[in-house]
Amino acid sequence: MQLLEFQAKELFREYGINLLDSISSTNIEEGRKHAKELGYPFVIKIQVPVGGRGKAGGIQKCQNDDEFELKYPQVMDLTIKGEKARAILLEKMADIKKELYLSLFLNRSKRCYTIIASAEGGVEIESVKNQIIKEVGLGDVSDELAREVAKEMKLEGNTVEQFVDTLKKLSKLTIEKEAELVEINPLAIMQDDTIMALDGKFVTDDNSNFRHPELQKYQEKTAIEEQAEKSGFSLVELDGDIAVVGNGAGLVMSTLDMLSDNGGKPACFLDVGGGATTESVYEALTLISKLNRVKGILVNLYGGIVKTTVVAEAFLKAYENNLIDLPVFSRLKGTESEKAKEMLQGSRTKIFDSVEEAINAAVMGVKK
Amino acid sequence: MTDIFGLLKGKPGEPDYEKKGVIVQGITGAYGSLHAKQMMAYGTNVVAGVTPGKGGQKFEDKVPIYNTMQEAVNATNAKISIIFVPAKFFLGAAKDALNAGIKLLVAIPEHVPIRDTMETLELAKQKGAVVIGPNTPGIMIPELIKIGIMPPMPFKAGNIAVLSKSGTLLYEISDALTNSGFGQSITIGIGGDPVNGTRLIDAFEMVKDIPDLEGLVVVGEIGGDSEEILAQRIIDSGFNKPTVAYIAGRAAPKEKRMGHAGAIVMGTYGSAESKVSMFNKANIPVAKRPAEVPVLLAGKMEKSD
Repeated sequence: MQLLEFQAKELFREYGINLLDSISSTNIEEGRKHAKELGYPFVIKIQVPVGGRGKAGGIQKCQNDDEFELKYPQVMDLTIKGEKARAILLEKMADIKKELYLSLFLNRSKRCYTIIASAEGGVEIESVKNQIIKEVGLGDVSDELAREVAKEMKLEGNTVEQFVDTLKKLSKLTIEKEAELVEINPLAIMQDDTIMALDGKFVTDDNSNFRHPELQKYQEKTAIEEQAEKSGFSLVELDGDIAVVGNGAGLVMSTLDMLSDNGGKPACFLDVGGGATTESVYEALTLISKLNRVKGILVNLYGGIVKTTVVAEAFLKAYENNLIDLPVFSRLKGTESEKAKEMLQGSRTKIFDSVEEAINAAVMGVKK
Repeated sequence: MTDIFGLLKGKPGEPDYEKKGVIVQGITGAYGSLHAKQMMAYGTNVVAGVTPGKGGQKFEDKVPIYNTMQEAVNATNAKISIIFVPAKFFLGAAKDALNAGIKLLVAIPEHVPIRDTMETLELAKQKGAVVIGPNTPGIMIPELIKIGIMPPMPFKAGNIAVLSKSGTLLYEISDALTNSGFGQSITIGIGGDPVNGTRLIDAFEMVKDIPDLEGLVVVGEIGGDSEEILAQRIIDSGFNKPTVAYIAGRAAPKEKRMGHAGAIVMGTYGSAESKVSMFNKANIPVAKRPAEVPVLLAGKMEKSD
């Protein structure tokens, strides 16, 4: 999961990384109190788990009460890249001399952690110039290496030791919390030469969650997502009207692609996992019945060992129990498919021999 | 370079030629026992199982179960192991296997923490062992040996190598290949995690010099840049066997994990467009649908004739 800025900063604070004073709130009443505590001027920052907040107007300077009353609700109402505000962070205004870039992340192709640093930060990583790149194995950064990075960045005076200290703390944080990415952009040198993290990005390795109960409070899951996880499914909600279900992440992505190619709009990505049983398919239909907007369900199962009759039973049960009343367009590869087709005759589930046929029928079906 | 066929088959004349012993770690679990049986039915020589605390018992009345990998390896001299334990126990099981002298480790579990995978790979490097996975369907030489969870029906012996990040797409595409008369010399599941024991490029190195190889199929998906790196290697190496790719996830939203831990686009990093354009640069056609793969492969073969 990707943490929000204020959550990343909570972790930074815990590890002793220098920060400006800031307070997060979720409504304007709370915000007013914080404004008083903090004192003007400060910056209002939208808390969303995506980048590009500044460009979208999600970061606003605030000099007095009038500006606060105007801007707080404006920022709160923004949607950035489809993400609504989770909270608002008020942060003291900074007097910046220079903006640096610093991150430590899992380098997938090199299979090691890697530092990227630059003396020219404050822009998106794709545009960061003069990147200094160092591979650091499992993430441990020595004093020597940290100094070398500082030197290559041409840092001077007491900023060197502060940078070394920040990088070492970042390394400790990355290792101990098992992060995939920790980014400070900008890492700023202030007018008084102190170094401070003005922003924070933190992506965890979800597979290590079981070792990090302390990060659980940052988990942000809808009730449906939580239920999906309990069933061992992967669910991504999308904004179309055809729910896409299948077994295996690759197969479901592939089905999503073909559906989109044919003018269909997926309402969700639902991977029920490698195997498929009556229970798992029934459970998937239960989840879909709770999604809005869905007009049809596209099922693509490659059941190697699975009997398609088993899956057909789940559809029949779902109609019988009034769980769903939507049409299902299904491609079931596996054994006993003739018998499965017979079982479903007269029901609202249609079985097709190829996924292409199922997709065409689904796209036509939801148009009606 | 890894002699993967040497590991899987051995050399003619060796007493265990084409029946290399395989140890199943987690053989008494529901998943492990199901697939141990399926592998045995396929003809894989399962020589031992390991489940701590169940040493001395027998699986299916014939395969001895040991408490540790060291005991299992001492008794069988096997060099191949497949792991079915829950993700949180994976690192322990993998260390147990590698320290006991396993040279080919097939890591089935999904949801292994990245740090545990990296520690496993570090140890494997020291020991000169190959890791396939984690989060892989496994590896197979059709009609000879299956070390994994693939259903048998889609696969047929032949001369096409298939490398795939996804399990079910491997089945789907192999099925399409088989139905078009393209059997497979080997299929390697890379796995859907961000960090892979055997990357696409490593798998390519394993298969590119197969003497009677007639074609290569690469099944990729969004996330990371292993497809791009492979495409570059294909260009640089001058590999000229007919090659076709498929990339899943063109319609996936950015910054969302699509089922696999590794299937996520960050900015432009990991995007389908980036992968497709690199394959195009390498003169490798990219299928729009799984069913199109054999069609494009046949087209490539005609041209190269």
